[in-house]
Amino acid sequence: MTTPLKPPKKKDPQKRSVVPTLPPLGRSRAALGLTVAAAEGRFALQHCAECGAVQYPPRDACMQCLSADLDWRDTPSGGKVIAETRIHASPDPYFRERLPWRMGTVKLDAGPVALVHLHGDVARGDRVRLSLHLDKASQGVIVALPTERTDAMEDDPLMRSLTAHPRYRRILITDARAPVTLPLIHALQKAGASHVFVGEAESWRRWPGRDSIAALENVSIMPLDVTDTDSLQDLAGEIGGKTDILINTARFVRPGGVLGNDTVFARDEMEVNVLGLMRLAQTFGPSMASRTADGTNNAAAFVNILSAHALSPSPGYGAFAASQAAARSLSQTLRAEFSHSGLRMMNVYVGPTDDEWHQPLPPPKVAPSALARSIVDGLIEGLEDVYCGDVARDLAERWRRDPGVLERELTGGGS
Amino acid sequence: MRRQSYDGVVLTAPVTVPYVRYSQETAHWWIARALRGALDRAGMRPQELDGFSVSSFTLFPDTPVGLTQHLGLTLRYLDTVPMGGASGVVAARRAARAVQAGDADVVACVAGDANHIDSFRRLLSSFSRFSMDAAYPYGYGGPNANFALLTDYYMAEYGATREDFGRIAVAQRDNALRNPDALMKKPLTMDQYLSARPISDPIALFDCVMPCAGAEAFLVMREEEAVRRGLAFARLDGTIERHNAFPDDPIQMRGGWAMDVDELYEMAGCAPGDIDLLQTYDDYPVISMMQFEDLGFCAKGEGPGFVRDHDLTVAGDFPHNTSGGQLSVGQAGAAGGYLGMVEAIRQVTGEAGPTQVADASKAVVSGFGMINYDRGVCSAAAIISGGGA
Repeated sequence: MTTPLKPPKKKDPQKRSVVPTLPPLGRSRAALGLTVAAAEGRFALQHCAECGAVQYPPRDACMQCLSADLDWRDTPSGGKVIAETRIHASPDPYFRERLPWRMGTVKLDAGPVALVHLHGDVARGDRVRLSLHLDKASQGVIVALPTERTDAMEDDPLMRSLTAHPRYRRILITDARAPVTLPLIHALQKAGASHVFVGEAESWRRWPGRDSIAALENVSIMPLDVTDTDSLQDLAGEIGGKTDILINTARFVRPGGVLGNDTVFARDEMEVNVLGLMRLAQTFGPSMASRTADGTNNAAAFVNILSAHALSPSPGYGAFAASQAAARSLSQTLRAEFSHSGLRMMNVYVGPTDDEWHQPLPPPKVAPSALARSIVDGLIEGLEDVYCGDVARDLAERWRRDPGVLERELTGGGS
Repeated sequence: MRRQSYDGVVLTAPVTVPYVRYSQETAHWWIARALRGALDRAGMRPQELDGFSVSSFTLFPDTPVGLTQHLGLTLRYLDTVPMGGASGVVAARRAARAVQAGDADVVACVAGDANHIDSFRRLLSSFSRFSMDAAYPYGYGGPNANFALLTDYYMAEYGATREDFGRIAVAQRDNALRNPDALMKKPLTMDQYLSARPISDPIALFDCVMPCAGAEAFLVMREEEAVRRGLAFARLDGTIERHNAFPDDPIQMRGGWAMDVDELYEMAGCAPGDIDLLQTYDDYPVISMMQFEDLGFCAKGEGPGFVRDHDLTVAGDFPHNTSGGQLSVGQAGAAGGYLGMVEAIRQVTGEAGPTQVADASKAVVSGFGMINYDRGVCSAAAIISGGGA
């Protein structure tokens, strides 16, 4: 049985924050396939395209037939723990701080044998469900979980280190006016978030829905404008040291291609969607990155919402798509910069949202509540790449298969 | 095809450079001392040596090629055996063939490693790709965790207890107390073994070897050469070598010996009952127990009963790891893979001094090496017997 987490005590400002350490970071190129799958929450292993053998650890040639044609495919995740140990001594600084550490040997139904992290509720002899997660080094690792949900299983210290679960965490949502913000607050509070800060730009400008957010308990509306560095510095000075998860909901979107579009709109899109992200990262990122080992309510994730057209533009939103591609690129650099601290950079890709700026588009469109659910699920699972809704999933799948073909399809070449 | 014997080739001039827990010296230094020791015993100058086989983890950035120039050797046979615990047996069988075929007159087989503060951690971190990708991220227990898993499985599968493994460790300590070069100087009781600090359950402190610095060496030459030089020598009656045996076993309960053991005894023309002493590769007691089984001294799963029924000390009915083994002498990197061979040569030539087993004429030496991922990949064994004087 997992011991449920207790609400963290107020931090003693005279105590030194624990300096984040990382588990072993090095991986071969082949092993990065595990990390990619973990970032998306899939359980994938290497399959031989010629003979079908499933193998682990990742290789450069098939151990059955020596074919070099290996690819990562979703794989049945059942298995059985055949041996376990509790490690009491390790030369690695990350694990030394967390001893004793349980791990075990699992025989997978799919064939191979894997050394895995053991959830506290599984032991030798148990049937388990294997799951890929990103560890603090942002590398994919295999975890053996109970086949059925157990009480408070997400509170297991191992799971806490592998996810960005909102429970007992303090969260900043950057734009109160975004349609997703209200359902997001609800979803975060349902998941156990202890406090939600909500940013509001141009507070002199009245807007519908403010009262319903202001009336919520454990929610504070704070002045925040992603286009204004001063406002961000002020707010970071006030709450940067207790922002455990930052969710950037600020975005500027106007329909239109490139030839007929107004560069003023395009500039606003870049200002909010790209430079806004950069400013947020510069003002809140360093203090978050320094607090990734700071107890139960340590800093865990920086969340960015992107249009799936960041991958490949839809001509009807040409300038907006350009801002999304730029934001995606920035976020990937940020991911690299945050990875030294264990702070997760989560990108949530979403198709057209059901709002005024996508009004003429046909369904399916993503409801704000569905987007909110995807974000919170992604935090609970500890993902870094989340595809919300059918359009985003479909687009990502086609992009993975052939980016060139996708471009032609989206720009009118396809039927 | 029937394998040819090693007739006419002998192993001689066993040398141990006494181990040190931490030393500032380099692998080059340790290897040079062992080589010098072996050549001195044979009355040879370095310039006369034409064959060299090296095993070491800590020569970086050098390889044995760099070592030839470093040590001023001019060779026509240069080998490196990167097989950890299997290195001693493998080096011997390769060198024997080279000498037998006339490719070299004398091959010096040497293993040695440095041990600086923190060098064990750094050695681990670059040990193998599978370890980096699929073992270290899971608690970084190193080999301790791997063997804890094997031990856990073995205990559950065959009903072995901690006491059973303790018998191996306690007997070896008893042997080590006779060996002035052993790093462990204090007696070990079963109570101390059982109550030791846990390292990786079910493994505790006295199941683990102590990394240290040191070197081991012996020479391989034609029998008439050894006679001419007045050296006591051992004959190589039979050998086996196997890598990545039983890859489909979900967890390692047997090593490559189990594949090749019949051939080993057939080649040597003897049976397990003819063996006077056994040197296993004892990085952990469970592996020694597995070798008792796989080398034919008892059936699979009967290891626990076997250690209860036998006295494993120098004076006992089944002398095992007579020098004290790595568990009590220390593990000097790749030299750990030579410890058993060098001690066995001393034993069958009557040169073992305080650890000498009475009337020892035939020994099995077994090697096991390289935890690439979840198990030891290399296994090897040799039967040697005293010859000459």
